[in-house]
Amino acid sequence: MENNELSIKELELKAKEARRLIIEMLARAGSGHPGGSLSAADLIVALYFNILRFNPKDPQWTDRDRFHMSKGHCCPLWYAVLALTGYFPKEELMTLRRLGSSLQGHPARSTAGVESASGSLGQGLSIGLGMSLAAKIDKKDYRVYVLLGDGEIQEGNIWEAAMACSHFSCDNLCAILDSNGCQIDGRCEDIMGLEPLAAKWQAFGWHVIEINGHDMRQILSAYEQAKTIKSKPTIIIARTVKGKGVSFMEGVIDFHGRAPTKEEAEKALKELS
Amino acid sequence: MAEQLYQRDVYGQTLVRLGAQDKNIVVLDADLSGSTRTNLFAKQFPDRFFNFGVAEQNMMATAAGLASCGKTVFLSTFAVFAAGRAWDQIRISIGYNNFNVKVVATHAGITVGPDGASHQALEDIALMRVLPNMNIIVPCDAPQTAEAVAAAASMPGPFYIRLGRSKVPTIENKDEFKFGKSQVISEGNDVTIIACGIMVYEALSAVKSLAQKGIKARLINMHTIWPLDNEAILKAAKETSFIVVCEEHNVIGGLASSVDEVVSENFPKKVIHLGIRNRFGQSGEPADLLKEYGLTSLDIEKAVLSNIS
Repeated sequence: MENNELSIKELELKAKEARRLIIEMLARAGSGHPGGSLSAADLIVALYFNILRFNPKDPQWTDRDRFHMSKGHCCPLWYAVLALTGYFPKEELMTLRRLGSSLQGHPARSTAGVESASGSLGQGLSIGLGMSLAAKIDKKDYRVYVLLGDGEIQEGNIWEAAMACSHFSCDNLCAILDSNGCQIDGRCEDIMGLEPLAAKWQAFGWHVIEINGHDMRQILSAYEQAKTIKSKPTIIIARTVKGKGVSFMEGVIDFHGRAPTKEEAEKALKELS
Repeated sequence: MAEQLYQRDVYGQTLVRLGAQDKNIVVLDADLSGSTRTNLFAKQFPDRFFNFGVAEQNMMATAAGLASCGKTVFLSTFAVFAAGRAWDQIRISIGYNNFNVKVVATHAGITVGPDGASHQALEDIALMRVLPNMNIIVPCDAPQTAEAVAAAASMPGPFYIRLGRSKVPTIENKDEFKFGKSQVISEGNDVTIIACGIMVYEALSAVKSLAQKGIKARLINMHTIWPLDNEAILKAAKETSFIVVCEEHNVIGGLASSVDEVVSENFPKKVIHLGIRNRFGQSGEPADLLKEYGLTSLDIEKAVLSNIS
């Protein structure tokens, strides 16, 4: 589907709407992961509304660009964006995590627009690599985008995949690292240090773009730059704030994996109105 | 002596044959393509072969990504690294997704020989059997390997095919391979021996020896471990006095457990387990290891004789 591109202002409004949906569905579900869903919201809204080629009426369209959310616990964000782009009605979001829902607690193929399950961290970059190699074999020009979490890249499988994406010159693949600096047990640098991130990915043969992951201009420009890079994969290291958009969730580790209470949700929705 | 062939040679040749017919087939390996024989496919179809180096987890999840784009993916490494090292990738990225990925694991079982315990997969059937959507085949010889690989290619969904390292004698005059349907190798109503993989040949030798002693043993080649041929197992439970299960695998979680589950729930009957009794393997020549772990035709014959009334 050739989407009409949104302006920066419109993208920011969409991101706000996605954040509201995230809060609403998590409060309704009573469990789930708000922190990382909110931190990656601007990145994924910009991707779906202005960059990605897809057709919600034909989710299996063979030439579609592929997106995979490797940090699967942030699927409330994915579900919100899929609803906003027309894959399924917004009302369905309120069934998140309920018995029989197509919206599982972690991504599953039961959801329209979800290519592959995730939830066990560290496998998604490999999934993206497989999609990238399939495009090369079939001589297709679709692109592959994979969202990674920073805690997630402590998994060894990520670095196996990082090596291979570079080895196979996957320039049709763009990884997006939601670098919010937090994981369940604390700050990444305290739990298992990851820096210097840019140098690590460069050493693995990647083109690295570092941006503020909440600045729509920088986000769009990074995606456009990634399309022009030849013979190597690109990673956008997006510096973000966990819980972004809700003052009392920002940078608060507790909200990695705790849903807002009814009162907290009301307060958050007020801030996001 | 029957003709002896490597299952993995036939696997590699079958991949080449299938790959020529079906351009959608992609093959992956993790630095063992010479041993698994996927190198035969790599030579013919370099654009559809990818070597991942020593990184099985990445290979497994990448297979899922390829399958999500419509590819039929065959991938190989040793059974310990396929089923063990990359189990979580098989579970979520392949099994839960129900993707079209065929894991063909070689060097399974104790007959890996001198490499010892680290390389002898004695628990891979158990690890695969607990995954919903996973189909499991353990071919008994080289010709059956070709049939199993072709069957897996023709059906959607995940498969685990278990092959050995050593040459295997060919079982003559058996019926055509039908996925999910066991083969009766010899008829008999005194006792039933259910075997898979290389143990079918050992069992057949035992059956011949027992026949000379007037005991008519039914031998079933249970090449498909999942979905299991419950019908043949229950028929054996009803028609013969007891069942002996033979497998080159831990008696916990493999074919013996599979048979137990069917028999105990539907028609309780004595089931004797001949397999590795929850031990790790060790270095040695395959024939010596089969003796050490009680997996020879003589062991099978003894088990039958000591339990027959």
